[in-house]
Order: sequence, then structure tokens, then C-alpha cells
Amino acid sequence: MRTRVLKAILQKDLLEVSRNRTAWVPVAVIPLVFFVFLPALFLLLPRLSFFQSTMATTNLDPVQVLSVLPDEIKALFSGLTSDQLIPFAILGYFFAPMFLVMPLMVSSIVAAESFAGEKERKTLEGLLYSPATDAELFTGKVLAALLPAVGFSILSFILYTAVTNTLGYPVMGRLWFPLPGWWPLIFWITPAVALLGVLVTVLVSARVATFMEAYQSGGMLVLLVLGLVVGQATGWIYLGVLSGMIIGTILWLIDWLLLRICLRLFNRKVLIGKV
Amino acid sequence: MIQLDCVTKSFGMTRALDGLSLAVHPGEIFGLLGPNGAGKTTTIRLLNGLFPPDSGSLSVFGLDPQNHGSEIRARSGILTETPALYERLSAAENLRFYGNICGISQQKLVQRIFEVLNLFNLESRAKERVAGFSKGMKQRVALARALLHDPELLFLDEPTSSLDPESAFQVNELIRAISREGGRTVFLCTHNLLEAQRLCDRVAVIDSGRRLACGTPAELAAALFPGVRVQIDMETPVPTNLTEKISQCRGLRSIQWDGGTALMGLADPSDIPAVVTTLVAAGARISRVEPQPVSLEEIYFLLRKNHGGQV
Repeated sequence: MRTRVLKAILQKDLLEVSRNRTAWVPVAVIPLVFFVFLPALFLLLPRLSFFQSTMATTNLDPVQVLSVLPDEIKALFSGLTSDQLIPFAILGYFFAPMFLVMPLMVSSIVAAESFAGEKERKTLEGLLYSPATDAELFTGKVLAALLPAVGFSILSFILYTAVTNTLGYPVMGRLWFPLPGWWPLIFWITPAVALLGVLVTVLVSARVATFMEAYQSGGMLVLLVLGLVVGQATGWIYLGVLSGMIIGTILWLIDWLLLRICLRLFNRKVLIGKV
Repeated sequence: MIQLDCVTKSFGMTRALDGLSLAVHPGEIFGLLGPNGAGKTTTIRLLNGLFPPDSGSLSVFGLDPQNHGSEIRARSGILTETPALYERLSAAENLRFYGNICGISQQKLVQRIFEVLNLFNLESRAKERVAGFSKGMKQRVALARALLHDPELLFLDEPTSSLDPESAFQVNELIRAISREGGRTVFLCTHNLLEAQRLCDRVAVIDSGRRLACGTPAELAAALFPGVRVQIDMETPVPTNLTEKISQCRGLRSIQWDGGTALMGLADPSDIPAVVTTLVAAGARISRVEPQPVSLEEIYFLLRKNHGGQV
């Protein structure tokens, strides 16, 4: 496999996506909403007097709310004051699965643009007549979706860490983020989820005609993220270090199976029939 | 350069190629003519290794497309009916992408992009996005892309079918220049018979995946329309009984009158002087004598008629 060919495909795909506003606007907006605006809201809100008075009238005790969780999770929150508990629990624990929206969204957008988009714009035929091998075309396109997804996720993580620690310092009195469970989430689960997004979109792209159809169908994977959010909130899943490694390993195994299916589907003989 | 022997290819119940045999020689412009669905695009796809034949054998540069598809595609260029350009990229960016895939070195690539854009009078539009180009310009960029890596062989699949007459003429002139000056072999698939007549050294007519005839236009004309046709223009009114008087001329096979114009079929060009002498002796005042070559269109329609095609 020639590195130069892979690089050419990767650069071309990213250049194309960067010039498609429909594709990149969500990529720019989502991190700002999820990883700057929302954490800022959760960290600044408890300091406002109207919020404190509202909380006082509702008699909502965070300690009591969290008491439904399993003991090993509750141990995470031990020693925290009521003021510290809300940002700690929400931003450090419950928010973690939401973070996976980022790799999933970026990989789905770029993969939909790269695979279904070529078909929609009738450029696929020209690509199939190029000297690039089937393996080079597939790998170049997968990397074009995977690398930005992982890259944007890590950047978002750095942004989130900076916001939560900067705005959270007055409440927590220390640099408190990230919690241990975030490390496998970022460096083990995130790449697996990004690849899952790419491969599912490749499979969907083989059956649909447009970028938007592929993106929307691939976006169904967000249900997976929602499942993790609900699982965490109910205490059914605990995203710690060990559980994070296990979940990541399961996702990599699913990726491996999907990759084998995609490799069977992605060849000139099949693709030329879809031109 | 290209060889197909008894190649068959079916898609489901549809037989796209049915025992097709062809040979294309180095340096020639070879035309594959046929109606839509005749098997022209399938032939190009097979030759580029996009899928295998069901039976028969084929080779390009002496290589089997199924095993050496990448090498064949690296040594050939292609222009399809639609230009297949990335519209959000500029002309230069499109060319750079393909140049990188073809393995042209960075230093040479910059120079080649300039050369090919210059060749097609596109250098001033190099940095503009292709989306703003006319159809003719897009097809010129696509042709520039096909030539970027200086290929030995050029596949052209209906290169002008979506163009207006002026753009089509420009593209045809470029194809002719590319072939003549670069000594490249051109494999042209078209149903535009006038285009084929202007460009091709040899043609093959196919229908339903079968070869109906193959040869130079002159060879096909000689085989299908033996003899020579000559048009003789005379000043009117023409003398009476001219047909009767020249019917005794040696070699006369047919005659059609249209006012003062006679279209005659003769056995041989050497029969023309005797016919002209007879007409003059009969009092006809001749203003023009012109042999009428058989057009590719006539050859094509006769072939299709003879083989039961819808004409």
C-alpha cells in the first residue's frame, strides 16, 4: 500500500468536507455546546443566588438523588460537599458517555461525504479508473474519516478539561478533572466508536444514494450513546477504568467484524455497479 | 496494444458482450461504434480491470487487466461521458489529486499541471472551483486529467455526448492533436458517427455485444459499397434521353437524378472519363464532377440493417 496514495485520498476528502458547509457546521458547533457552554452552565449556575434559592425551595438533596446508585459509584462522590457534588457528578461522571457523540458525529459526516458523496456527485467512476488499488481507496477513505474524528475528540477533551478545571476550581478547590474512567474512554473507546461510525456509514452508503441519507442512517448509532447515558444514570453500567477497557474491547471486536464485511463489499467489481 | 478474443460478459440475464474479438494497434485512433447498450462501456471497464469477463481473454499492453489492473490504469488515461471532477475543488486541485495517485513526483507534478492546463487554455482558471465551469470546460479539465501522467493509451467513452457542437468540436480537435502529436493510441467509444469519421483510423461496429464489422472506413466502404459513387452537376435544362445514352457506358451500375444533378454508381474510378465524355457528346453542360465517398453513417446503418438491427 503506497503512503502517498493514501495521503492524496485523505487530503482530497478532507478538503472536500471542509468546503461543504452542511458537513462541517455541526462539527464546529457541537463541541462548543457540549464541551464549553454546558459545563460552564453547570459550574456557574450553582453560584447564582436565584439558583440557590430555587434549590432551597425544592428541597432537592443531591446526596439523596445519588443514593440510588451502586455503592462503588457512590464511593466516587464521598467527601464532597453538596455544592461540589452537582458539577462532579454531572460533568465528571454522567457526562462521560455524551462525549462519544463527538467521534461518532465526525466520523459519520466525513465517511458519508467520502463514500456516499462520491456516488451522489458521480465522481466515483473517475476514482475507480484511477491506478489506486481497492485496498488503497478503502484505507485512504477510512483514514480520512477516522483521523479527524479521533483528533477532534482529543481536542474537545482538552477543551473540556480546561473549562471544567478553570471554572470548577472555585467550587472544587483543586484541579479535579479528568476522573480515572475518562482515560480509557478517550484513548480506547473513542477510536473504537469513531471506527464503528465509519464502518456503519460505509455499509449504509452502499445502499443509499446521497450524503444526507448516509449521514442520517449512520447517525442512528447515537442510540448507542444514549444507551450508555441511561445505563450510567441508572447505575447499570459504570464507566470506570476496567469497565471502560471491557466496553472498548467489545467495540473493537464489533469493528473487526464490520471491517471484514466492508472489505468484501468495497471492491471495483461491486462499486462499478453502483455508478 | 489491446487484444480481445471471444470475450463474453453478462449482467444477470443481460448479455453485454457476446464473443467480442478486437485488436487495437499502437498509435492508432480506434473507434468502437454502436448504439446505446451495445457493450462499449462494458468493453472499456473490462479493459481497465474493473470486473472480469465471463469467458474469453483480453489484454492491454500484453497484461491481463484482472491481475494488472492498477498497472494498466497507471499507463492509460480515461475520459468518460461525465467528467467526474470534484466540483468543490479547483481545476489545479483536481489535477494534483490525480497526479499524486498516479505517482508523479511533486516537482514534476507542478510543471505537468501547468503544461496540461496551458494545452487546454485553462491556465487562467486553474485556481477556480470546477463548479463554476461550463460543461465544455469541465470536459477539457477531465481530458487534461487523463493526459496528466502522459499515458501511452487513452480511453474515451462518449467524450462529447453531453456537449454543445462548439465544445464538442473543440474536444475533438484536442483529441486529434493529442493522438497525432503524442503518438498515443486512442480507444474511442462513441455513437456519434460524424465524430468517428473525423477521428478514427479504424473502427469496429458492434451491436448487442457482437462485432458486426471491423476495419478502416475505406475497407468497410469497399466491402459494403463496391465501386465508386460520383456526383455530376449539369446546367439545366439537361438534354433529353441522357439516361438512355449513358446506360450503355461500361461500369455504370446505378443512376439517380435530382434536377440537374446525377448521382451515379460506377464499378471503378476509371469509368468516370467515359461517362463524362458520353454526357458531353449528348449535349450536357457539366459544371462539376465529384466522387462521393461512402460515409461511416451509411456503413453503420447498412451493417445494422444487414444484421437485423433497428435502423
